[in-house]
Amino acid sequence: MVDISTSLGKVQLDNPVIPASGTFGFGLEMAEVYDINILGSISVKGTTREARLGNPTPRIAECPSGLINSVGLQNPGIDAVISHELPELRKVFHKPIIANISGFSVDEYAHCCSLIDKEEQVEIIEVNISCPNVHNGGMAFGTDPVAAAEVTAAVKAVTTKPVFIKLSPNVTDIAAIAKACEAAGADGITLINTLLGMRIDTRRRRPVIANKMGGFSGRAIFPVAVRMVWQVAQACSIPVMGCGGVSSASDVIEMMMAGASAVQVGAENLRNPYACKEIIEALPREMESLGINSLKEIIGIVK
Amino acid sequence: MERLTLTVTDNRQIANGIWEMKLSGCTAACRPGQFVNLMIGDNFLRRPISVCNWEDGILTLAYKIVGKGTSEMAAMKPGAAIDTLVPLGNGFDTSVDCGSALLVGGGIGTAPLYMLARTLAAKGCKVTLVTGYRNAGEIFFADEFKALGIDVLVATEDGSCGTKGFVTDAIRQNAVDYDYIYACGPMPMMKALCAATDTAGEMSLEERMGCGFGICMGCTCKTMTGGKRICKEGPVFKREDIIW
Repeated sequence: MVDISTSLGKVQLDNPVIPASGTFGFGLEMAEVYDINILGSISVKGTTREARLGNPTPRIAECPSGLINSVGLQNPGIDAVISHELPELRKVFHKPIIANISGFSVDEYAHCCSLIDKEEQVEIIEVNISCPNVHNGGMAFGTDPVAAAEVTAAVKAVTTKPVFIKLSPNVTDIAAIAKACEAAGADGITLINTLLGMRIDTRRRRPVIANKMGGFSGRAIFPVAVRMVWQVAQACSIPVMGCGGVSSASDVIEMMMAGASAVQVGAENLRNPYACKEIIEALPREMESLGINSLKEIIGIVK
Repeated sequence: MERLTLTVTDNRQIANGIWEMKLSGCTAACRPGQFVNLMIGDNFLRRPISVCNWEDGILTLAYKIVGKGTSEMAAMKPGAAIDTLVPLGNGFDTSVDCGSALLVGGGIGTAPLYMLARTLAAKGCKVTLVTGYRNAGEIFFADEFKALGIDVLVATEDGSCGTKGFVTDAIRQNAVDYDYIYACGPMPMMKALCAATDTAGEMSLEERMGCGFGICMGCTCKTMTGGKRICKEGPVFKREDIIW
């Protein structure tokens, strides 16, 4: 019997598989599809201070082995998430969750995190400084080490919960950003968010996405994600949640060998609603075929 | 929503650019106006297609070739298996107490109106179907609709069949009597329809989708009552809820 449990710092997980923020809503729709309590945890939909309708449509463009999205942080706002979404999720998911917080200013990040800090259900706060789909916020904080550290420090000052900073791959030196977050007190790093991408409708001679550009995700970005997880794991000593193009148990193991302590599954949920379930079920068999007794023994084994 | 592996039993061209596919093994019940999401070839995302009919476990789809996915779909032969999420979306409200319903379809938007017409006719509602096309070559399901015993009117932009002009012209010229409207088609058509009449009704919208089952927020539209996911709260919305 292989051991598929893992940990993110002091947080214990039954298994490393976590649906990525924005690809699982607040869990309610998926609870009707299968028993979501088999998941390691859930990173819920990115939340901002105010309710947001998001960007104009079309927000979706298909690509080879992936898609571009430009949802633009549509969410009901932090107050509604705390008063409605989280209590509803609690009825169907009985494990601690990861709250994903986004913002347009350091104050907004701190405000949302101070509110979510009081939620017992939330075990980790994931701070998204990497959304490519909003202006004057999100990714701007994730592409500059000084700004990334500023957000990290501001958030750490208002919560005692572990804080993971979710980083953007749209940078030259990912290790420098991660190290700046670690130095500012981050308890962990989640990476990668989507790669900035664009498609053009050649018949209409205009972008497919209304917002012109969007975030590219899906199987195609897996090698980029593995590379960046490895770089950050080499540079930092805090735990890493690996994310980007994961679609199989084999991918989970590869990501953990690169240095991830847990693995998020994103775009794959959109094409296969059973993706996380199938990956968890396939994990023991995949481990056995590779001679792995415990996932913990392979985390960051590739130097 | 269920994920079923359906088997293609028939797949043929029925009009210019329009194909009909029949799939067996659809044990999940579908209502008029709902849709299914098909995994076609090696495409990353599924293809959302409206339910044209569901009867005795046979799912009928009428679809227009618009790109790579639907082209690959048209090339599929009987016996092929398709990984399908079914059923999705809310569908039309067939419990509305209406004596005479006006069904308005534009182009491929006529497809979901077949099962709707069949359902309404079966419960004793008088049904008039008005369909609009660019030309006679695009008309599909004419015999199938007639076999339901409903009134069928056609408008073509070039006048090659029925009324020359748009669906609104055909409705006006034929003095159609109705007390509720169901519509599916291009937004300009539905906008013109709503401008031409105050009668209550509902319309099916479309948008590029990510998942099709409500988790990605890719297809959200603004409505009078806030942002709604076309795949989950829709695709059918009451006309007063739609922002034109």
